[in-house]
Amino acid sequence: MSDEGAIDTRGMVKTYGTGDSAVRALRGVDLSARFGEMVALVGPSGCGKTTFISILAGLLSRDGGSLRLAGVDPDTLDNRERTLWRRENVGFIFQQFNLVPQISVVENVAIPLLLRGMRRTEAIERSMALLERVGLKGRERNRPTALSGGQQQRVAIARSLVHGPRILVCDEPTSALDGATGQRVMELVREQGCRPDRLVVLVTHDERIFHFADRIVHMDDGLVTRVADAKSEVAALRAAVAAERPA
Amino acid sequence: MRRIALQMLFGDSAKFYGILLGLTFATLLITQQSAIFVGLMTRTYALIEEIPQADLWVADPTLQFVDDTKPMPVTALDRVRSVQGVEWASPLFKSILVAKLPNGGRQLCDVVGVDDATLIGAPATVVEGKVEDLRKPDAIFVETRGAGKQLMQPATDDPNGPKRPMRVGDVLELNERRAVVVGIAETRPSFQNVPTIYTTYFRAIGFAPANRRTLSMVLVKAAPGQDIGELERRIERETGLSAYTPDEFSWKTLDYWMKQTGIPINFGMAIALGFLVGVAIAGQMFYNFTLDNLKYFGAMKAMGATSAQLLGMVALQGLSAGVLGLGLGLGVTAAFGLSIPADRLAFKLIWQLPVLSTMAVTIIVVGASSLSMLKVIRLDPKEVFSG
Repeated sequence: MSDEGAIDTRGMVKTYGTGDSAVRALRGVDLSARFGEMVALVGPSGCGKTTFISILAGLLSRDGGSLRLAGVDPDTLDNRERTLWRRENVGFIFQQFNLVPQISVVENVAIPLLLRGMRRTEAIERSMALLERVGLKGRERNRPTALSGGQQQRVAIARSLVHGPRILVCDEPTSALDGATGQRVMELVREQGCRPDRLVVLVTHDERIFHFADRIVHMDDGLVTRVADAKSEVAALRAAVAAERPA
Repeated sequence: MRRIALQMLFGDSAKFYGILLGLTFATLLITQQSAIFVGLMTRTYALIEEIPQADLWVADPTLQFVDDTKPMPVTALDRVRSVQGVEWASPLFKSILVAKLPNGGRQLCDVVGVDDATLIGAPATVVEGKVEDLRKPDAIFVETRGAGKQLMQPATDDPNGPKRPMRVGDVLELNERRAVVVGIAETRPSFQNVPTIYTTYFRAIGFAPANRRTLSMVLVKAAPGQDIGELERRIERETGLSAYTPDEFSWKTLDYWMKQTGIPINFGMAIALGFLVGVAIAGQMFYNFTLDNLKYFGAMKAMGATSAQLLGMVALQGLSAGVLGLGLGLGVTAAFGLSIPADRLAFKLIWQLPVLSTMAVTIIVVGASSLSMLKVIRLDPKEVFSG
């Protein structure tokens, strides 16, 4: 792990709406994370996870508090600068994959490179290499709809990594997959995504994949309520499950 | 990203073919109906185009269009001839008469009587016979369309048997006077779609019911070096008649049909319907296509696509669908026009019509694309996290 701060936020506040209808999604979030880490954000629905990763990904502005993302405060950038910053620095894995169905697997992977203006042949070449790394050699020219859910998420992983982002945001990456496939997908994220110069932020409800993370950040009601070491958290969970089982 | 934009469009075959069909059909309706309208309107002044020798057409001031003959006294011809700057002036008779055919049938015919001496106004394209034959006793020319349709005669003694086109040597009656076909000519189709019979002026007067006023129009040739506009004004001033250049007379005729009949409204409605079909089918389908792809545009926006890149993709999709739909529509319209004989359908595809269709399709595509672009611009990329 790198000692450089990937995320450093203090008192982050975000409110939707105004007046009586205002909803305080984040009420003063404090969190620090380093490159090389995988941090899992967990918590009940409506606790502010999506708002928090949207701000971390540079998709949403905060209303208050401080934020440094890889040394940059995205709110100091104008819209275009922020888009370009996101293009260079952030990779996304979505819950529903969001693969364009009319184009081939390899073209889907190449999108972040093409957006940067890379020549098509070079972008395709790099995407092919990455598809091989995620175990999809031979399926490059298929349409995404010809692949299973697990394979589609592998394509999405390749797409999220192809441009070498410093922050990888994974939004419920296993919720559309069965347990075994989810485990394999997370193994791949861990294997391919985690690097000393990259932070992986994982949003999940799925306790079965907690052990892939280094730290578990519990959120509730717009606040970080607890940050735990993943190993001890998983051990505690397993112990609790074992205790509930009938002898 | 251009290639991806096109693949997104072509890859969604149901929507793509729907958009294409809508735009093709809209283009077809707009162009084809406009071409028929133009074809019909062009036919209203066919006689003027048939007589290119005349620099001016002189007629009764109350005349509204070329077929609206208001007979003038024959002295009008001499009055016109006496105007300075007139090289020659020829009489022209024009009237609808009933012809009794050899088989006993009766048919309305447009009878045109041309100058006995010079035969100015006689048809230029003779298929059979010679124009000079019009000077023979009882001689008439018929035109090919009428000869092959309304004037067809029984080919055998059986009146209900097979028929043949009217030909040289056939005899018919006009106002109980004998008329012998001495020639067949090819002329421009007229709006009224009745057979045209050409004969000499004085013979035509004989065919027509007795009338003190027999001169329908006077054809005028300006003397060499004579300014046409000046001559036109001089004739009007000195004779009290109206004079028109062929162009003015054509426009006057066109103006009458445009303003005094329901034809433009009927065709206008058909053309508007074509436009609405384009908006309803192609426009809406293109908009739906964008809506269906909104989550992918959203994902691209999250991944760092700028608004300009996404708008460029939508614009390219709209442009491609528009160009293909327009091209197919124009192609089908042209094929339609070529496949139907000119005497069956008035169809004239002038260059302005593809321009009109292009403008209509542009409005449909730009409208649909703009709405789609608005949706893309307003797209909140964080929505991709909503699952």
